[in-house]
Amino acid sequence: MRVLLPLAVLLPVLGAALTLALGSHPVAQRWVSVAALSGVTATAAALLFGAATDGPQSVVLGAWPAGVGISLVADRLSALMLLTSSVVTLSVMLFSVGQGSTGDTERTPVSIYHPTFLTLSAGVSIAFLAGDLFNLYVGFEVLLVSSYVLLTLGGTAARVRAGMTYVVVSIVSSLLFLTGLGLVYAATGTVSMADLPGRLSGLPLAVAVGLQLVLLLAFGLKAAAFPLSGWLPDSYPTAAAPVAAVFAGLLTKVGVYAIFRTQTVLFGGVESAAVTTGLVVVAIMTMLVGILGAIAQNDLKRLMSFTLVSHIGYMLFGVALGTVEALGAAVFYAVHHILVQTALFLVVGLVERAAGTTSLRRLGGLGGAAPGIALLFLLPALNLAGIPPFSGFIGKLALLRAGAEEGGFAAWALVVAGVVTSLLTLYAISRAWAATFWSGRATRLDPEVSPETAAARAHRVPPAMVAAATGVVVVVTALTLVAGPLLDLADGAAADTLDVQQYSSVVGGLDTPPADGSGGTDSGEKAP
Amino acid sequence: MSPTIVLTVAIGGLVATGVYLLTSRHLTRVVLGVVVAGNGVNLLIIAAAGRAGRAPVLDPDGEITLETAAESSDPLPQALVLTAIVITFAVTAFLLAMAYRTSRIEGTRGDDVVRDTSPQGRSRGEAAPPGESTDSADSSDGPASSRQQRGAPRGAGGPVLGAGNRPASSAADGEAG
Repeated sequence: MRVLLPLAVLLPVLGAALTLALGSHPVAQRWVSVAALSGVTATAAALLFGAATDGPQSVVLGAWPAGVGISLVADRLSALMLLTSSVVTLSVMLFSVGQGSTGDTERTPVSIYHPTFLTLSAGVSIAFLAGDLFNLYVGFEVLLVSSYVLLTLGGTAARVRAGMTYVVVSIVSSLLFLTGLGLVYAATGTVSMADLPGRLSGLPLAVAVGLQLVLLLAFGLKAAAFPLSGWLPDSYPTAAAPVAAVFAGLLTKVGVYAIFRTQTVLFGGVESAAVTTGLVVVAIMTMLVGILGAIAQNDLKRLMSFTLVSHIGYMLFGVALGTVEALGAAVFYAVHHILVQTALFLVVGLVERAAGTTSLRRLGGLGGAAPGIALLFLLPALNLAGIPPFSGFIGKLALLRAGAEEGGFAAWALVVAGVVTSLLTLYAISRAWAATFWSGRATRLDPEVSPETAAARAHRVPPAMVAAATGVVVVVTALTLVAGPLLDLADGAAADTLDVQQYSSVVGGLDTPPADGSGGTDSGEKAP
Repeated sequence: MSPTIVLTVAIGGLVATGVYLLTSRHLTRVVLGVVVAGNGVNLLIIAAAGRAGRAPVLDPDGEITLETAAESSDPLPQALVLTAIVITFAVTAFLLAMAYRTSRIEGTRGDDVVRDTSPQGRSRGEAAPPGESTDSADSSDGPASSRQQRGAPRGAGGPVLGAGNRPASSAADGEAG
């Protein structure tokens, strides 16, 4: 199973090189991209199976001794996130293939889209599998640089303007991360996640908390936690539909994943009440401010971006509590949220394609013209709001239960904020759905821009786009059916991250002797 | 580690200058701010290596003892900073391209200042997405909003990939009108 680990990174990188070479053959590009991403999905599924049955897997690239080379690690958390993200990248790729193979895009193919998208996927894989902080930084940079290109694709005024904000904010967060990295190295002399837990807990508390705050600040900016979330709703809505979908699903969640690792593996041994209180406040504010922002929006894409910010708060909820149950619920919620946000952004892409606008003041009556899209929107929307049978409800319930078990003022404040946010999400989402699909008036468009009526356009949505969006919606809905095993798996993933001893021995640092069969080459000789 | 006061002051000065430049509305200054602050942080990683020693690579014939290790430089931060420098370089190149593109789009004013978009468009919670069909009720107020609408692709299919992939001149033409 260990030999599979580098494949998750290698496949998309090789695919990116191949698609770049095939720039003038759009059909071949599509085949290569879909094949590479399918390969990553299969690899991730195998890694998850391996991590669930045999425990965490790790491999040191280039056969260096453990602690010296670059290590890739797949515990249950990494593998689960990797599988979810690869399902998302594959579906979005199919969606954009469906979009690109019809109509006017045929005349202006963007040959750079496929290589960049695959590089983004490689960056996400590196970030999830990284066994040391610096590799995490490199993974972040790979995916961020790809996202800069994807966001500004075409270089129109609106995209360049939004892209400038996004790029500068991302660079600032990367500089903060790099600063934290430099300081961590100065304080401990290592960046390996295997050695860091022991060495960080040996530091004076003030130094350790300082390092923790710098890293949390950098990751919070990437995850769009409340005071640092202003950039997101201004930049995502300008992107092309598939790009916005993959950003919404993955990019912020990579930040959340980094916060997970920081709080459990790296600084699990550093007890600071102030940091925990800070996280609780940030989680509550992210949930409430985000959803209040969503209610104020009159544009479907901006509304979705605000709900995205708001629901990041639920994952921070779990991290702030820090118990196994809470972390497990947060992992489950992250998986659910990656899929549900991608589904919603893809369906909004369909709405835009069908109606020609995403403004709630112009949309209307689309339910009659395109009942299929109305249903596709409704299912993930109810799921997001946390209506009982769906996985959103199960995730929120698990979080609330963890909060109630923890008790205390902070935990109950989180629970209340979670319930209020859930209700407000339902309000925001149902208002959007009613305005888009239910209202009696038809969609009003400027006849000069689009001579056809909305009803006629609705029939021209490419079936492949609808099929890809349907696929994601089906996966999201199916999460409900496998919620029990998935929640167990998520709890196991949370237990994996809290079991620092096991993680360190598998990754194999300089401080810890390598465990049998993983990492080191000389474990046999050392045995007495 | 024992960083020298010179390095510490240099790092502080570079990062402070970079942050100050980043707060500017001139894109050229923002790009310079990224460069300066980035180099400050890179220097921080070098400083994290501790005292400068002889060379980061040990003599292959010599035996590695605590004494020889103490006299050589720590090679890891040098490897890290090399990666970080390359990344900063690449990102700077991209930023420059974007700043150039911005000046081509908004170029009639002949400067690189980022101005606020029309408050009408923003306060109503509307995105300014490409493909948003122009509606006279929305775009009549303010030059900024009409410019944005013109720059956006007017294709029938919404934000289709590459629908906005027009040469810069056409965007400039649209704006001049």
